[in-house]
Amino acid sequence: MQILVNGEAFEADDAITLAQLTEQLGLGGKRIAIELNLDIIPRSEHAATRLKADDRVEIVHAIGGG
Amino acid sequence: MSAIDLQKDSLVIAGKTYQSRLLVGTGKYRDMDETREAIEASGAEIVTVAVRRTNIGQNPNEPNLLDVISPDRYTILPNTAGCYTAQDAVRTCKLARELMDGHDLVKLEVLGDEKTLYPNIVETLKAAETLIKDGFKVMVYTSDDPIVAKELEAMGCVAVMPLGSLIGSGLGILNPHNLRIIMEEARVPIIVDAGVGTASDAAIAMEMGCAGVLMNTAIAAAGKPVLMASAMRMAVEAGRAAYIAGRMPRKAYASASSPLDATLINR
Repeated sequence: MQILVNGEAFEADDAITLAQLTEQLGLGGKRIAIELNLDIIPRSEHAATRLKADDRVEIVHAIGGG
Repeated sequence: MSAIDLQKDSLVIAGKTYQSRLLVGTGKYRDMDETREAIEASGAEIVTVAVRRTNIGQNPNEPNLLDVISPDRYTILPNTAGCYTAQDAVRTCKLARELMDGHDLVKLEVLGDEKTLYPNIVETLKAAETLIKDGFKVMVYTSDDPIVAKELEAMGCVAVMPLGSLIGSGLGILNPHNLRIIMEEARVPIIVDAGVGTASDAAIAMEMGCAGVLMNTAIAAAGKPVLMASAMRMAVEAGRAAYIAGRMPRKAYASASSPLDATLINR
């Protein structure tokens, strides 16, 4: 199924969880925050949150800024 | 007041006490090592970071800023830089809170346009209201308008941070008179955010009685950033000490430092 990750089309396995997605993206264990269709999904819920087609996922981290 | 008393002089923001009155950003450095060294040299305890999308599929092993600037050691202040609407700023703060495990101190800045990066006050007020209702502790970047500053304080912002001059301009403190009016009225810390170009600018802000100074470019874009970070640390300390000491009154004419009687010269 197709989802949007950080604004880009991404081909994901059906019913993939957020935890599996971040693992696939090499972001497992990293300090990130995730928004799914504009709602924050707390880290504790990543493993239980399953995605569906056309979901919009935003993954952010901290970078240098003033 | 002695040097020992000065050590007891501390900055309190949202109930937390800080010894350093210099707040620094982490942008524009050459690499993570330079970032870490400059932040250490600055003595800052509050450090701002930006919140951005991760690069999907690009070098997942690159060092993470928060591994270098540890939240165990520093108070991390996520900013909303790059946001032009209240909605985007609120969204960014919510992501930041999740990123920081519930830590809810944020630097709100809602910008007006790319050329000036001047704050959009209408959107800033809207965002501040929403964030405070949602439990955030808001340190707010604003213009040097005393009425707006007062309004932001009344809403419940934990620090009001007027600009000295435009972000990244290094033009210094352009309107000390307005800053003075803002400080006269304020009951929350007033922190000059943006505009500092070199050490004397930071000292001037502190001599006026500002509670602190927040800067990024003045250190990161200096020829030797780590050395400038240490210069800024000293400037902020010197300016604060001079403020507490109380400067001498200005006079239009000279006043001799050596006694004028018993000189060898007959006048």
